[in-house]
Amino acid sequence: MTVTDTPFAGGIVGEARLRKEDPALLTGEAKFIDDLDLPGALWVACVRSPHAHARIDGVDTSGALAVDGVVAAYSGEDLADTWVAPLPCAWPVTDDMKNPSHFPVAQGKANYAGDIVAVVVATSRYAAADGLEGVVVDYEPLDAVVSVEDAESDRVVIHEDLGTNVSYEWPLIPDPEGVDAAFEAATHHITETYVHQRLIPAPMEPRGVAVVPAPHNGDMTLYSSTQIPHVLKVMAALTLGVPEQKLRVIAPSVGGGFGCKLNVYAEEILCMALAQRHGVPVRWTESRTEAAGSTIQGRAQRQTIELAADADGKLTAVRATLLADMGAYLQLVAPGVPLLGAFLYHGLYDVPLYAFTCKSVFTNLTPTDAYRGAGRPEATYAIERGMDALAVAVGVGADEIRSRNFIPTEKFPYDSPAGLVFDSGNYQPALDRAKELIGWDARMAEQAERRAAGSTTHLGLGISTYVEMCGLAPSRVLASLNYGAGGWESATVRILPTCKVQVVTGATPHGQGHETCWSMIVADRLGVDPDDVEVLHSDTAISPLGMDTYGSRSLSVGGTAIWMATEKVVEKAATIAAHMLEANPEDLELMGGVFSVKGSPDAEVPLAGVAFAAFTAHDLPDGVEPNLQAQVTWDPPNFTFPFGAHIAVVEIDEVTGAVDLVDYAACDDCGNQINPMIVEGQIQGGIVQGVAQALWEEAVYDEDGQCRSANLADYLVPSAAECIDMKLDHTVTPSPTNPMGVKGIGEAGTIASTPAVMNAVVDALRPLGVTGMAMPASPMTVRRAIEAAGGGAS
Amino acid sequence: MIPAAVGYVRADSAQAAVAALGEHGDEAKLLAGGQSLIPLMRLRLARPSMLVDVGRADDLRGISIDGDAVSIGALTSHSDLEHSADLVAACPLLAHVASQVGDPAVRHRGTLGGSLAHADPASDLPAAVLALGGTLVATGSGGSREIAATDFFTGFLESALAVDEVLTGVRVPVSTGGWSYQKFNRRAQDWAIVGVAVAEGGAGVSLVNMGSTPLRASAVEAAVAGGAGAADAAAVAVDGTEPPSDNNADPAYREHLVRVLTERALVAAGA
Amino acid sequence: MEVSVTVNGEVRTADVEPRTLLAHFLRDDLGLTGTNIGCDTSSCGACTVLVNGRSAKSCTMLAVQADGAEVTTIEGLAGENGLHPMQEAFHECHALQCGYCTPGMVMAAVSLVDEYSDLDADGVREGLEGNLCRCTGYQNIVKAVMAASE
Repeated sequence: MTVTDTPFAGGIVGEARLRKEDPALLTGEAKFIDDLDLPGALWVACVRSPHAHARIDGVDTSGALAVDGVVAAYSGEDLADTWVAPLPCAWPVTDDMKNPSHFPVAQGKANYAGDIVAVVVATSRYAAADGLEGVVVDYEPLDAVVSVEDAESDRVVIHEDLGTNVSYEWPLIPDPEGVDAAFEAATHHITETYVHQRLIPAPMEPRGVAVVPAPHNGDMTLYSSTQIPHVLKVMAALTLGVPEQKLRVIAPSVGGGFGCKLNVYAEEILCMALAQRHGVPVRWTESRTEAAGSTIQGRAQRQTIELAADADGKLTAVRATLLADMGAYLQLVAPGVPLLGAFLYHGLYDVPLYAFTCKSVFTNLTPTDAYRGAGRPEATYAIERGMDALAVAVGVGADEIRSRNFIPTEKFPYDSPAGLVFDSGNYQPALDRAKELIGWDARMAEQAERRAAGSTTHLGLGISTYVEMCGLAPSRVLASLNYGAGGWESATVRILPTCKVQVVTGATPHGQGHETCWSMIVADRLGVDPDDVEVLHSDTAISPLGMDTYGSRSLSVGGTAIWMATEKVVEKAATIAAHMLEANPEDLELMGGVFSVKGSPDAEVPLAGVAFAAFTAHDLPDGVEPNLQAQVTWDPPNFTFPFGAHIAVVEIDEVTGAVDLVDYAACDDCGNQINPMIVEGQIQGGIVQGVAQALWEEAVYDEDGQCRSANLADYLVPSAAECIDMKLDHTVTPSPTNPMGVKGIGEAGTIASTPAVMNAVVDALRPLGVTGMAMPASPMTVRRAIEAAGGGAS
Repeated sequence: MIPAAVGYVRADSAQAAVAALGEHGDEAKLLAGGQSLIPLMRLRLARPSMLVDVGRADDLRGISIDGDAVSIGALTSHSDLEHSADLVAACPLLAHVASQVGDPAVRHRGTLGGSLAHADPASDLPAAVLALGGTLVATGSGGSREIAATDFFTGFLESALAVDEVLTGVRVPVSTGGWSYQKFNRRAQDWAIVGVAVAEGGAGVSLVNMGSTPLRASAVEAAVAGGAGAADAAAVAVDGTEPPSDNNADPAYREHLVRVLTERALVAAGA
Repeated sequence: MEVSVTVNGEVRTADVEPRTLLAHFLRDDLGLTGTNIGCDTSSCGACTVLVNGRSAKSCTMLAVQADGAEVTTIEGLAGENGLHPMQEAFHECHALQCGYCTPGMVMAAVSLVDEYSDLDADGVREGLEGNLCRCTGYQNIVKAVMAASE
């Protein structure tokens, strides 16, 4: 890629520039939620139902009040008058979607193990923990609904007033007869069913909340370990009836989110209510074990995918049917999570006919919601596992079946059968490059040799090619999906009198390196040092407009707003510079921080001079306001469509069933890159998170709805010892949807890696007769599959 | 999570610890490195009323080799075992198993005595001491006594120690014959799903996480003594086991694993 | 009871309940909030500090156990000349994203390279088995520790 291909001319964008966020984080200077010093704050601890489903016949808090340091304790009924509205679900995907009332503290009935049934307020975190043991709750346990199948049967209806456990059904079938006909005519009809196990997001920082009230003037500051301070402000105001203008929400340093901090949680609303009631700061910090019942979980769906293909393996139709587990209540965007995948079950393949249906049900388990990739990992998994099954049926390689079906490059922009327009794509080069990186031919030869030699250590290769839709989202599209808000993002760029720069963004980072990247975008255009650009974010008093960070949107939506605001500021500066140079603004160009007149190299004025002139305002052109500042709100016209190819190589000990990831290569395309170091970091971390779903992680629940993997000793987040170095490269296909030609990269690794690993596992064991594998592919699961196929040395 | 309130007394010698245990009875708990106890206290699965902290009892720390016996103070850390050149030479199995416990931070604080006294069937070090045919030294109000490792583990998290007894030391024979420790887990930091320790070419064999206590695989040892090959000896590894069930393995899979790992351990140990 | 701990070279004394975790003592009593807490089971290592020069998980240790000990936290690692080489390497290698695991990871890495000579990349991976990171995928952490150990 040459410089002329990019809209960036400043020599800064595209550099692997080290992060400005690092020094504070490397020294302990950064303040996470639990680090805030709030003198006089009361600590909150939550009594959570130990039962997945139980009537609450009584709550006695008197024992808690007798504990040293406990100042108050409340049952759900004690607080019933506090809530103006239930906890919000912002995505009623259908008009008749069933949405049970969900209040911060349950009354009458607990619907999952973790549902808050009482709350203790104390002078220290230790006293609050002690107070929990003083609360006595009289439970009448009820049958728990744990599986989606059981839920669908309505054997036990969890929310009696709804009459059913089915929350909604959402079909997307543009041409039902056409799909049926295609399946009837197909040479190959593949039907596969997969289960996406429940996952615990497990950012390393547990959640936390702190609320500082100003009882006399009514102000309230809510600190939360959240990805969405802006959305939270609106929702909290509505839920509690607090005047929105009196509410300020701040996300301090946030230690990872992965979607689980994209929510409006009971503890946030609860701490606000308690701060109001007690008139002093109130805080709560989640413990890791508590998180299994206090923070949303991800995935949790059963999917059936059907592929119709002709004799050559060319796809003619795809049909996907989901049964998705919402958990006990509908959290903020939970119903929409399957919809974010609904358009992508044909992957990056050229398919004329498409059908998708999702049914979502309630269970007596922790509520689910968006988790890194949200819908797109599920879709990619189904089509990519399905493509391997098709390859076997057709008798071609996993690489060949994909190449035969890729949307041809000349078809972009591509009208997808699900109704999207894929703005750009060029898929074959990414697959070719990934094969090159992994040494495809040599690995295939090695596999053949081992098989010929009868080795019990099997080598498997798995491909996953993907396209995703991110950069959430065009507001009009969100409207068509019944989402309760828009998908725009806001930015302000302000050149200060000393020519230092402030960027105000509505995006809310929690590890992504926004401060570094946004500085680079602005510095590249203005010709200033990126260290002279300060990025302000995550505080609704400083950045009042925003839609926050999720769905790989921050760069393509928020970054574009910054780009446009920078252009706007440059335009204004040019007007002033032109006045100073007695030239036409159209004749000026800004390069290296200096305005000069095209063709007259001597006529120039530095941006610093313009900034100061704009500040003194002594001699501005008529009609030009003082100061250099511009605000832009950008609403993207389309999603962006990153893509790529990932290849995993695994080794499996057929005797024990142990799977080792031994090699991994990926070629991703996120368009133009602002900072390739940060892109690579996102891909590496994303890949490991997806590999973890394939091999290690599962929120295990027993038949009573008790989580058996609530802590990090039982929930197997991998360490460095289980992981390997990955071989990464990229292609660059700029998105035409935004002026920088960028796409998202925060979720791509996770989306792609899970099916790559699982395809490799199945590939390794195919000679033993294994055709499928449940996730996670634990040693016991793998060994059982080998035994079930009738094979396996002992 | 936060431990329940607890009393605390420091005992800087074995005698002082015995006295403190005698005073506070069975609600008291000995605190050495705390690597097993403190997580349980945080989850409030353990809630002693009194902690007797022996962490500074320096007379209980150290490794000495006298002829064919290795004597190790109960407070010797896993890390000290792992790095002791003397131990690596005299009893490589024990040094190696110590290096497989938890992670480095756990090994810095955790102690051999603490690990043995905790009597967790999933722990590594009890298996090593069992396979080596070690002897444990307990000190109580009536003086010291020796307990064979095979008699020490009496139930799930239960040992032969009396309420007022302190485990002060461990003796294992110098053992440089063929050895192996096969630890099978899904993450490096985790407890063994199943583990097998073999000492002296199969003369001593023990199993991790195959019952309510650390187990000696007597049937395997007898088979090896009787001249059986590794595969045949491993076939009886499940004898006398009662494997538990958890997220990672059900009993049948553990039985499969223990045979596989025993065979591998015996082969590695040159049986 | 009163405990006196030399933290980052300075003797710090406080009256604590015996059950007080060292991590809470550092954070709540001394205001050294760089040491983070990420779990209840000694699994994640976010709370790793140095006790008498060796890594220890400060949420699996009571403050009373540290009485008389020397404790180094992330706040005590950088010197007058700037960041510690391990901190510098993490920065140079992009070995952190959200930064929550970072103080514990850095302290564990400092202890690791001091404890084991001639570490290779696999040795670093094994040696960091008790410190979890959810963001980076570890590749750059391993690179940073290797760079700092040279």
